[in-house]
Amino acid sequence: MAEVTLIKAVNDALATEMARNPSVCVLGEDVGRGGGVFRATEGLLNRFGPERVIDTPLNEVGIVGMAIGMAMNGLRPVAEIEFSDFIYPAFDQIVSEMAKMRYRSAGQFTAAVVLRAPSGGGIRGGHYHSQSPEAYYIHTAGLVVVMPSTPADAKGLLASAIRGEDPVIFLEPKALYRTVKGEVPEGEHLVPIGKGRIVRPGADVTLVTWGAMVPVAEKTAAAAASEGVDVEIIDPRTLWPLDIGMIEASVNRTGRAVVLHEAPRTCGFGAEISALIQERCFLHLKAPVARVTGFDTPFPYALEKSYLPDPERTLRAIRASMDF
Amino acid sequence: MTDTEILTVLRPDGTADPSLDPGLPDPELLSLYRHMVLLRAVDEKAVALQRSGRIGFFVPSTGQEACSIGAGHAVREGDWIFPAYRDHGVGLMRGYPLAALVGQILGNTTDATRGRQMPNHWCDRSIRLVSVSSPVATQLPHAVGAAYAAKLRGERIAVLATFGDGGTSTGDFHAAMNFTGVFRLPVVFFCENNRYAISVHVEHQTATGTLAEKARAYGLPGVRVDGNDVLAVRKAVGDAMDRARAGEGGTLIEALTYRMGPHSTSDDPTVYRSEEEVAAWRGRDPIRRFAAFLKERGLLEDPAAEEAEAKESVHRAVEAAEGAPPVPLSSLFEDVYAEIPWHLAGQRDSLLSGKG
Repeated sequence: MAEVTLIKAVNDALATEMARNPSVCVLGEDVGRGGGVFRATEGLLNRFGPERVIDTPLNEVGIVGMAIGMAMNGLRPVAEIEFSDFIYPAFDQIVSEMAKMRYRSAGQFTAAVVLRAPSGGGIRGGHYHSQSPEAYYIHTAGLVVVMPSTPADAKGLLASAIRGEDPVIFLEPKALYRTVKGEVPEGEHLVPIGKGRIVRPGADVTLVTWGAMVPVAEKTAAAAASEGVDVEIIDPRTLWPLDIGMIEASVNRTGRAVVLHEAPRTCGFGAEISALIQERCFLHLKAPVARVTGFDTPFPYALEKSYLPDPERTLRAIRASMDF
Repeated sequence: MTDTEILTVLRPDGTADPSLDPGLPDPELLSLYRHMVLLRAVDEKAVALQRSGRIGFFVPSTGQEACSIGAGHAVREGDWIFPAYRDHGVGLMRGYPLAALVGQILGNTTDATRGRQMPNHWCDRSIRLVSVSSPVATQLPHAVGAAYAAKLRGERIAVLATFGDGGTSTGDFHAAMNFTGVFRLPVVFFCENNRYAISVHVEHQTATGTLAEKARAYGLPGVRVDGNDVLAVRKAVGDAMDRARAGEGGTLIEALTYRMGPHSTSDDPTVYRSEEEVAAWRGRDPIRRFAAFLKERGLLEDPAAEEAEAKESVHRAVEAAEGAPPVPLSSLFEDVYAEIPWHLAGQRDSLLSGKG
């Protein structure tokens, strides 16, 4: 198996699924000749042609709305929004149309669009190239929300999303596009939607995190280990529907839970995970569920490193949980 | 035609302009008329049901029957329809059953969409009549995508998207028109300019002289048609759909019409328009106008009998459906996703057990 970057794994998933199924199309700004601003669609135009690798006008409403219509009429569109920060013009199309088509038509029409969007900070992109909007979509009935943190998961989850029957918001941790490498199975590779991954088994505290915070969690766990604390890291991979069973089993064992995410704290997904844990694991808990998150401010440019959770802040939360 | 001339077929004396008459056979002409009459009967009954508290809401199309029936008649098998909420006539004309329409209004177990949406939000997969949304013009980009898929597969079909004058102000309209032009897609944008977006007059929607001329900015042809003339609408939409099916791209059609009633059962139009204005348009009633043509052709003898029959069929459809059981509680949680995930199963079980 070859070691590849996360962005290459995304590209591999698209190419593999397009080769497998002629109904799979990609569309968006710069996805054709440009190969995508992050090169996720590089080489697809030459291989599959401009009818299936569609450079669209610069309009997110059009991209998402068109993808919905394509999906309603039998295609498997994978739409790219260049940055998840640019998605908001299409918010109505996502939450009121794409997410609700199956429900409002009682299954007569569906809109199984995969909407890919680079997400999160870490590239010195300031407010409009760094946000983590997952909570909006988790809060929206009808959407599946996915965020991989390894190349193999990126390939396998994207392939599953493309083959699935539900609309998927596929958030890609842009900070990891080229900073992580990993072995990725060649050819068809599927990772099931809705199943989490134990990144690191541990006995003392459960650390739930996703996307670009997974490497932060791993560094934190290494530091904690030197202090004698054994951290179990869970990456849900599919944020919604969440693999609550995996988290519940872990917290029932460890009795302690910390949720780590880049997005702002208030009504962030950590709040929901925290509530689910206290509902399900109350009698096993030895400490309050802690959250390590971005702040409730706009995403800053100059102070990005202070905004983003790091191993130091995460370790403090773990220590506090252990010492409670 | 240009984007300033207004296509008219029916002349004041009840005859049709022979150079523009779409030449429909007699049974089709009668079918157009009967569907217009049926559509108005649906409106009258639905408004009465709302006023007596038996349904929550309705959006009538009275005055615009020539638009939706004429456009619906131009749709062929294989074509797609992306309608606005006022265009139940398009579906009716295309074969959406009256019983299904009534079921949707009532939202009980006779509703194929399981009471999921308020009245006027129909759909029927079998005739590619797409689920209606309340936000204005959101269906237009979907029409683009459906047309793209058909074109990709080499299908020679057309996509009809309908909306009102207010819809032309939306970003979705701009996106859909632009994409249609760029990708040369078979989408017919049928805009029913009924002069008002709820209370706001069309002069406050745009500073252009016509809505049709907006097409030029997208590289599409724009045409204007008398929207109270069912033969003119049928011709304009039919020609545009033919162009679309032939691979010649999309068209914007502006149909000039007037909403005789309120925007919805929640609206009071006396606040924003005069009785004189309404009376003037009442004189241009699309059904009476077409009836005069049919009488002249010897196809129609007794309009009152036609109207009575339509009312009776709507009455019977409501009677048949109104007593049906309500949708089951468990259906609340179905169709959110392809399969019911754990959290919805839990919420469903909690509700059904009475412990939630």
